[in-house]
Parts: sequence; C-alpha cells; structure tokens
Amino acid sequence: MTFDIALYLGQNGVTLAAIYALLAFALVLVFAVTRVIFIPQGEIMTFAALSLVAMRAGHPPLLAWLLVGLGVVAWLQDATVILRTGQSRRLLRAGIVYLAPPLFLLAVVYSQPLSSLAYPLQIAITLAMCAVFGPLLYRVVYAPAAQASVLTLLLLSVALHIALNSLGLLLFGPEGSQLPAFTDGSFQLGGMPVALQTLWIIGSSLALLAVLFLFFRFSLYGKALRATAVNRTGAQLMGISPAFAGGAAFLLAGVVGAWSGILIATTTVIDYEAGFVIGLKGFVAAIIGGLASYPGAAAGALLVGLTESFASFWASAYKDVIVFLLIIPVLLWRSMASGPHDEEES
Amino acid sequence: MRALRRVLLAAALTAAGMGSAMADITVGAVLSLTGPAASLGIPEQKTLDLLPKEIGGQKIRYVVLDDRSDPTEAVKDAKQLIESDKVSAIIGASVTPSALAMLDVVGAAKVPTITLASGYNIAFPVSGNREWIFMPVQTTALMAQATSQYMASQGVRKVGFIGFDNALGEDWWKNFSAEAHAAKIHVVASERFAPNATSVTGQVLHILASKPDAVLIAASGTPAVLPEKTLRQIGFKGRIYQTHGVANPDFLRVCGSTCDGTVLSLSPGIVAAQLSDDTEIKQSAMRFAQTYEKAYGPNSLNQFSTAAWDAGLFLEYAIPKALKTASPEDLSAFRLALRQAMVGIHNFPGSQGVYNMSATNHNGLDSRAVAIAEIRAGQWKLLKYPN
Repeated sequence: MTFDIALYLGQNGVTLAAIYALLAFALVLVFAVTRVIFIPQGEIMTFAALSLVAMRAGHPPLLAWLLVGLGVVAWLQDATVILRTGQSRRLLRAGIVYLAPPLFLLAVVYSQPLSSLAYPLQIAITLAMCAVFGPLLYRVVYAPAAQASVLTLLLLSVALHIALNSLGLLLFGPEGSQLPAFTDGSFQLGGMPVALQTLWIIGSSLALLAVLFLFFRFSLYGKALRATAVNRTGAQLMGISPAFAGGAAFLLAGVVGAWSGILIATTTVIDYEAGFVIGLKGFVAAIIGGLASYPGAAAGALLVGLTESFASFWASAYKDVIVFLLIIPVLLWRSMASGPHDEEES
Repeated sequence: MRALRRVLLAAALTAAGMGSAMADITVGAVLSLTGPAASLGIPEQKTLDLLPKEIGGQKIRYVVLDDRSDPTEAVKDAKQLIESDKVSAIIGASVTPSALAMLDVVGAAKVPTITLASGYNIAFPVSGNREWIFMPVQTTALMAQATSQYMASQGVRKVGFIGFDNALGEDWWKNFSAEAHAAKIHVVASERFAPNATSVTGQVLHILASKPDAVLIAASGTPAVLPEKTLRQIGFKGRIYQTHGVANPDFLRVCGSTCDGTVLSLSPGIVAAQLSDDTEIKQSAMRFAQTYEKAYGPNSLNQFSTAAWDAGLFLEYAIPKALKTASPEDLSAFRLALRQAMVGIHNFPGSQGVYNMSATNHNGLDSRAVAIAEIRAGQWKLLKYPN
C-alpha cells in the first residue's frame, strides 16, 4: 500500500464516518429519551433519499400519503382515549395536530412543479416530510407501549422495520437510484483529488452535530430532552411530558436520518432496502459509544468508517464481517468494565 | 341434514365443473416479486401478463405467487401450485437459490418447470428431478466465454474483476476466471462488494494498483453502477465491462453518461431492432420487442423479460403438441406429454436465441444467444451478433 492509496482510503473512511456519526447520534438520542432501539432509522434514510429522487423526476413522493395515513391512525388512537373522557374539543385539537402537517405537505407536493423546484427546496420538502414522519411513527407505534420493557420496544422496532421495508418496495419500486452531488467538481489536496461533495458531507455532518450540541447544551427544549434521558420519572415530576420528549426525539431522528440518507444517496446507489445495513453500521458506532455517549458514538463512527474503508482494500469479500466483528471486543470490554448488572434496566 | 349435504355437494361439484370449463389449463409461476430479487421478478411478471390467454383452443389460467426472494417460500409456493391449483406446468423461480430449492418438489410431483434463473446446477445434469427442468436462460459460462473472447479480440491482456459478494459474484468469478485463462487473458485482481455497499473505493484502488487494461464488473441491476462510477472518479481510463445482469433500463437511468462506452454481453432480444434481417431470431426477437414495448413503453426491454417470454414460447409450442396425446383432465399424463413436447424443441427461435433441446441438455442455447453491445448515450448499441 502506498501513501497515496492510504490517503484515498482515509478520505473515503472519514466520509463514511460522517454519515455513520449522524445515524449513531440519532440512535443514541432516541434510545436515551425513549429506550427504543430505533432499527427503522435505515428506512427513514431510504424513504428520504427515494422521495427526493421521485421529486426530482417530477413525481409527487408517495411518502406524503403514508404520512396522512399515519396521521389518521394517530388521531383515531387519541380519539379512543378522548371519547372515553368526553372532551370533544380536544378531539378537534388532536385532529389538527396530527392531520394538519401531513395534509399541508400533501398539498405542497401535489401543487408544486416538483421537478423544476431548486434542489435545496426539494431537499427542504424532504426534510419536512421526515420531520413529520418521525413523531408520527413514535405516536402510532411506540407511544402506546411507552412503559413496556426495552425488549418489547425492540420487538416493535423489528416489526416496524419489516413493515416499512415492504412499504418501501410498494412506494418506491425495486430499483435503486442515485442523487446528483450538491456541487460538482473536485480540487487537489496533497496530490489527491477531493470531490466537493466530500466536503459537503463532512462539513454538513459536523455543522449539524455542532448545532445539535448547542441545542442540547443551551436551549430549554434541549435541556428538557437531556433531563428525560437522565431520569424519566424525575423529568416528568418537573413537568416534562414523556410523550412530548419522545415526539421531539423522533423529530430530530427523522430529520437527521433524512439528511444522512440524502448525503449517502449522493455517493452510492440507494434502493428501498439499502437502509438496513447502513443503519446497522450506525448502530455499531453507537454501541461502541455505549449507546449513551455522543462523543463516544462519533468516535465509534470514525472507527467503523475507517475500518470499512481499509478492510475493503485488503479483504473486500470480508469487509462487512470485519466491521460487524468490531462489536464483539467492544461488548466484552464494556461488560468487563461495567461489571454485572440486571437484565432489564428501565 | 343428509339432503342438505347432498345439495351442497352437488353445488360444489357444479362450481368445480364450471371452474375447469372456464380455465382448462393452469400454469403456475413462482417469482420474486418482493425482497432483494424484486427487480428480476417484477419485469418477469410484467412479461407473463403479455402471454397468450388461449393456446391450442384451451383457455390458460396463470397463477403467479411471490417467493419473497426466499427459497423456503419458493418451496411452499411450488407445493401450493401443485396441490391446490393443480398446475400443468410451472414457470420460475426468478433466482438460483429458489430454483434449486424447488427441484425436489417439482421433480417428485413430475411437473414440467421452466426456470428463469441462470444457475448451471438447476438444469444440469439432466437426470432424476432435473428431467423436469427447462432453462431458457444463458448459462454464466456462455456469457463469460463471449465476454472474455471479445476482450481478447480487443487486445486486453490484463483484466481486473469486481463482483458481488454472493452466489452471483462467485458464479461469475468461477466461470470468468476459467474463460479468461482460455482466452490468454491474465486476471490481475479479484475483488468483491456487497449489493448495498456504501463505497467501493478500497476495492477499486486495489484493482487499479495492478494496472489492468480493462475491468469486469459482475453484478446485477443498479448496484452495479457504484464500481463503474468509482473507477471513473479515481481516473481509470480503460474499458469497463459489465454483465447481462445490468441489462435493464434502470441501470442506464442511474448510470447516465458515466456508462458511455461500457461493453457487455446480453440477450440479443434486447437489441432486436438492430439485429440483421438474415439472423434466425430476427422475427421472434422482434415479436417480443414490439409486444413488450407496446405494453410498457419504448426502451423498456430487459434481460429478465426475454427469459420469461421464451418460457411462454415453450408453452405455446408444447401445449398443442401435448393436447394430441393427452387431455388436461388427466393431469399426470398431460404433464408428461408437456415435458416430452419440450424435450422435442429443435431449431426453435426464441426472443433471445435458438433452442435445441436434447435428452442431455434442457437449456439448448448456443453462441446465437449472446450479443455483444456497448452503451452509447443511454442506449444499447449492438457491436457483434452472432457472437
């Protein structure tokens, strides 16, 4: 291996790491706040990327209809509770909360000349759809079981993953697609061409993570989410609704997942089931960080990205095996370091 | 009570009788309509929709089941088709693992089965269960041979190989490395990548370090775009070869101008309009191309549809012959008659080649089933046929 090749592989590994870091961040956030291991994170990625592809081809993304459907289900779920207490005014309010955003987005994607919109605007619509998608998934699937064990929530995640995977085939078809780079072109760095898109990926990931850091450190909502993560009951006693915290965590996961999906679709071909393995790699990164620490998850992402890149050079047939093997020594080390503990922590 | 039961029984018998009068011959299909192989199964299903609804004066009913790209499901589907739908023949499966898994079931029930998958072991050697299998698909060996001979004719001495890290990639590696050796081409690098890989930079760098004249990408569908784009990004100037696994419109759409100049061996049915008029398959290939494009739009032809179409041609040929010696009412006799009729397929032009079946070969394709084409401005441009 020459120095040139090592540079290439390093650049490639860091690019991958930037995307895995976003995924790992979302997984850690969702787990800390709601105890949900969010396997369908991968589907959020693919749904976002493929919706954007559809829009660029001038087709209204069918994801908008899925959102309306989820909104109706969420509203019915609330209605069963509200009707029992007989407060019909709350029925209307719940209807507005759950149905107004999906219907607005549906109106947007059917009224706008999608293919002629500017690329950033198309991306904004996609992110908005996923910002609605995340909380609705939480409301419909996880909130009714919010008090259940981690294992139950994990099984819900598996079920949701399979359901979304099949829906993905229905909504987007079996074929893969790719998105164009935000900015074409490349420049020379130390004798190696670096694509401008690589800068976009690494730069936007770092910027997004920085914004989220500031959000959690300084804003009231961020602090509320952190409080829920530290102690759910304590936070509830301080007036932080766990349902609100869950919805907020899923909103962030939706937006971050969508952004990472769009980023990765500019570098590779994404089809309806591509998200799962990519999501799993984000998960490996999150595990390396103990599913609790954001800097740990970011370090894990860097390790996964670089390992993947260099493994693909030396032993491409075993690349994924090597990446997923990383998890075993980490788990061994973590369980030895932390000592024995209960099966169920909740 | 007994009277009531008799009435119900009579009603059921009448219904059953009407059922068989409406659909005299049932053809089952096991396709991968969902799961990883959906991009194969869906065009195959579209093709089956175009097959004749009446052959030899008999109504044909098609029952298509989805195996979800899962061999276990394929076996269940095949059992269901045989036991409850009473099919005379089966088309499928879409992929080799499913097709191999179905062998025991269709062999034991003695149902003629036309596989759409390309694994050599599905149809060879013709004995036991495989006596019931027919395969209107070019074997990997045939395609690999055509590709490596074309490479040699273009002066390629050193070639790099990158393939899927699954059965398809291995099958190509096994056949291509042997054929390349025969054509005196040196394979200087062999790499693998996952169909859903996020990056193949490492593999591509490894290939380029060995300075090949050309690179062969052995993958299928849109995932095959990634190595091609990465090769060009890192600055590979040589010729890139793909396989017939990419011969569908979505590959062209996703790869765009990057794929200009890419060479591949594919089914001649896809370039039917460019075949010269004096080739044996011109007419049969045009019939496929015109029917398919009329239904699904221009430039919709693809590798998987040509195989499914030829499966339909086998039935169109065999059913009238079988009807002369057996009645569809006598299912096992009719299945046997269908099988024998298909073994007798001789000098039979399909959409993608000329079939010559024999007691030892239920594939029957030769070099007339391979065209060499180049991608130019998002179209398949025929370079060489017959190969």
